[in-house]
Amino acid sequence: MVDVHSDVLIGMPPAEVGEVDLYHPRSWWTKYVFSQDAKIIAVQYSVTAMAIGMVALVLSWLMRLQLGFPGVFSFIDANQYLQFITMHGMIMVIYLLTALFLGGFGNYLIPLMVGARDMVFPYANMLSYWIYLLAVLVLVATFFVPGGPTGAGWTLYPPQSVLSGTPGQEAGIVLMLLSLILFIIGFTMGGLNYVVTVLQARTRGMTLMRMPLTVWGIFTATVMALLAFPALFVAAVMMLFDRLLGTSFFMPSLVEMGQQMKYGGGSPLLFQHLFWFFGHPEVYIVALPAFGIVSDLISTHARKNIFGYRMMVWAIVGIGALSFVVWAHHMYVSGMNPKFGFFFATTTLIIAVPTAIKVYNWVLTLWRGDIHLTTPMLFALAFIITFVNGGLTGLFLGNVVVDVPLSDTMFVVAHFHMVMGVAPIMVVFGAIYHWYPKVTGRMLDETLGRIHFWVTFLGAYAVFFPMHYLGLLGMPRRYHDIGETAFIPASAHDLNAFMSVAALVVGAAQLVFVFNLIWSLSRGKEAGGNPWGATTLEWQTPETPPAHGNWGKELPVVYRWAYDYSVPGAIRDFIPQNEPPNRFEPQGAHS
Amino acid sequence: MAEIEWTNSGASTARPAGWRGITADWSSDQRAFKNVSWGKAMMWIFLLSDTFIFGCFLLSYMTARMSTTVPWPNPSEVFALTIAGHHIPLILIAIMTFVLISSSGTMAMAVNFGYRRDRAKTAALMLVTAAFGATFVGMQAFEWTKLISEGVRPWGNPWGAAQFGSSFFMITGFHGTHVTIGVIFLIIIARKVWRGDFDVERRGFFTSRKGNYEIVEITGLYWHFVDLVWVFIFAFFYLW
Repeated sequence: MVDVHSDVLIGMPPAEVGEVDLYHPRSWWTKYVFSQDAKIIAVQYSVTAMAIGMVALVLSWLMRLQLGFPGVFSFIDANQYLQFITMHGMIMVIYLLTALFLGGFGNYLIPLMVGARDMVFPYANMLSYWIYLLAVLVLVATFFVPGGPTGAGWTLYPPQSVLSGTPGQEAGIVLMLLSLILFIIGFTMGGLNYVVTVLQARTRGMTLMRMPLTVWGIFTATVMALLAFPALFVAAVMMLFDRLLGTSFFMPSLVEMGQQMKYGGGSPLLFQHLFWFFGHPEVYIVALPAFGIVSDLISTHARKNIFGYRMMVWAIVGIGALSFVVWAHHMYVSGMNPKFGFFFATTTLIIAVPTAIKVYNWVLTLWRGDIHLTTPMLFALAFIITFVNGGLTGLFLGNVVVDVPLSDTMFVVAHFHMVMGVAPIMVVFGAIYHWYPKVTGRMLDETLGRIHFWVTFLGAYAVFFPMHYLGLLGMPRRYHDIGETAFIPASAHDLNAFMSVAALVVGAAQLVFVFNLIWSLSRGKEAGGNPWGATTLEWQTPETPPAHGNWGKELPVVYRWAYDYSVPGAIRDFIPQNEPPNRFEPQGAHS
Repeated sequence: MAEIEWTNSGASTARPAGWRGITADWSSDQRAFKNVSWGKAMMWIFLLSDTFIFGCFLLSYMTARMSTTVPWPNPSEVFALTIAGHHIPLILIAIMTFVLISSSGTMAMAVNFGYRRDRAKTAALMLVTAAFGATFVGMQAFEWTKLISEGVRPWGNPWGAAQFGSSFFMITGFHGTHVTIGVIFLIIIARKVWRGDFDVERRGFFTSRKGNYEIVEITGLYWHFVDLVWVFIFAFFYLW
């Protein structure tokens, strides 16, 4: 690691760039609505993402009601069930998790953590949010158009997504594709900001290898998103043409309702390749920010430096690079050349190496740490357990011979909900409990937080743990009504009912969280600038919440890495990144 | 775009060359790309992202072309023109390519004069570049019109695989959109240069930031990229 003492001897490098020309709002509208301040944009992104996430949560309730009590709720017909599945998946993956991690946490944390006054292009950053909001509104509009939203599944596989047998074929699929295109345009504006801010706008002393892992995770995920979303963009444009202009990019010759359709010669497999070239990196676009944030939560709340920082960074970068060469493991049963399966199974299993390094390092960070079981820490610990869980089932699904029988069963649903549903959401909650005091100046209520945590954590396991077993029984996914089938015992139906009740309880527990967010805004305990005793720069701002421009007159200067916790001989159990080295500090105590 | 006052250009301090230099830059604080402004870095990263978009378009087109069971129309014949009684294959595309490549030349000259703060020449050359670009788009419109009048549609054509028309309109349309956006930006920046915005540090209408002559180079980066993409489209669509 960097030897901080040498910095003092050779002196800090001079500032390479002058002061940033900040935009100063002159009215309420430009200050709080059309704001160019990354912190306000972050809150706008987060609130929008969580609001649309609540819609997806309600959709999951409706699905669970149907699965748990088939036939009881007559207002859920087969078409609606498919529409709920599609919208739930699409909203959760793209409009909630991607937007929240990159648009929300990225906007708030990147400038503060690297010691910048704002993102480098505040105007484009503002546009990014408003285009995202437009994408969300177009998405919501699909609920109100004739035929309703598309029911093609979140993967939108052609040809069925374009055919008339699929609900939402009239307008739902068109608006969905438009919304995705808008989302990608908006995201690109924000994403360029995040990447350039990290690369070119760090403060003095902030080298890349001194950045908190949160920034590394968000940065790598953003680079990946800028390279992966183009594939989705192209796929969406081409499918839009197939649907609206009658081109045949993805459409083979088909007979529908006894009629030969005018399509012919297109390749549905091409869509799958494009989709998963985006779709697999997307998993890590969601996971890498979670990895980064959880590293910081664990280190801060265990009062111990992160174990193997350098390895953690390279693992993030390595996972990011590898995730671009594994996409076809989603396509083992698609009919592609079976030889590809060997290659993609190999690359998939190689990803387990850097991922395992990360898990070991989190555990070793906890080992003999001074663990504070605060709410953020509880969520961080829950993340590790859940992620290991989902990762292990990933080993099953990554191997061709095991995946083929498990394809399209509830096992797959259980796997990806564990690994990219529950696990990242745990980090989202942990991060909100952790950084809410910085955003608002007040603590979230701990008791409510603990209630929220235990109900969510145990409830999520009650929902998804039995689902693995249902999948092994062979229960298929995306079925509106399983009916009486010989290979599914009656007990499986009871289990489904149990899972549905658990899902309702977990969903209701989120109201506790929302209440806590609103209540603590005015009634929460005053937080002060640095309630957790954290080292990273965002906790060292002169004001809390940080003012426009973040740092007052002088930018902070960074003298050390982000993980100087419990340094032997130091007065406090943490040393902020911007604290100059002290000659009384023991030599080599912190690397 | 560029909002930075350069307090230390870095040119004065000796830095190691080659791989050692890259390592030194990336392990330093503040900036990974020394002497690269935010605007220029952003444009390069955007172009990388855009490369993936065009890459996906071209790969999809190649997949369609290779997997179709219906014969693919012969581009040399489809894009031939009869001029003064002579039947010349690909002649329009050749002219279009020549025009676009020439516009890269005038763009490079504009960048040069921009850094010399020669307002009149910079603006004039940018407008010439924009005119070349507009000519290119105009000829593309002519080509589209010709094909459409011959019966080519996104969903079919008289000569063979329907994907020929679909890919053609989609890819050249997407590229033409890029050129059109480039032309609009060239005209906007040329106006700013002509008016002297970058000498008096006038603030931008939307961003309310001071600009400088580097924006000419950044526009140039985009323009050259669009040019380069055309070379690939030319090679893969017309010459294949």
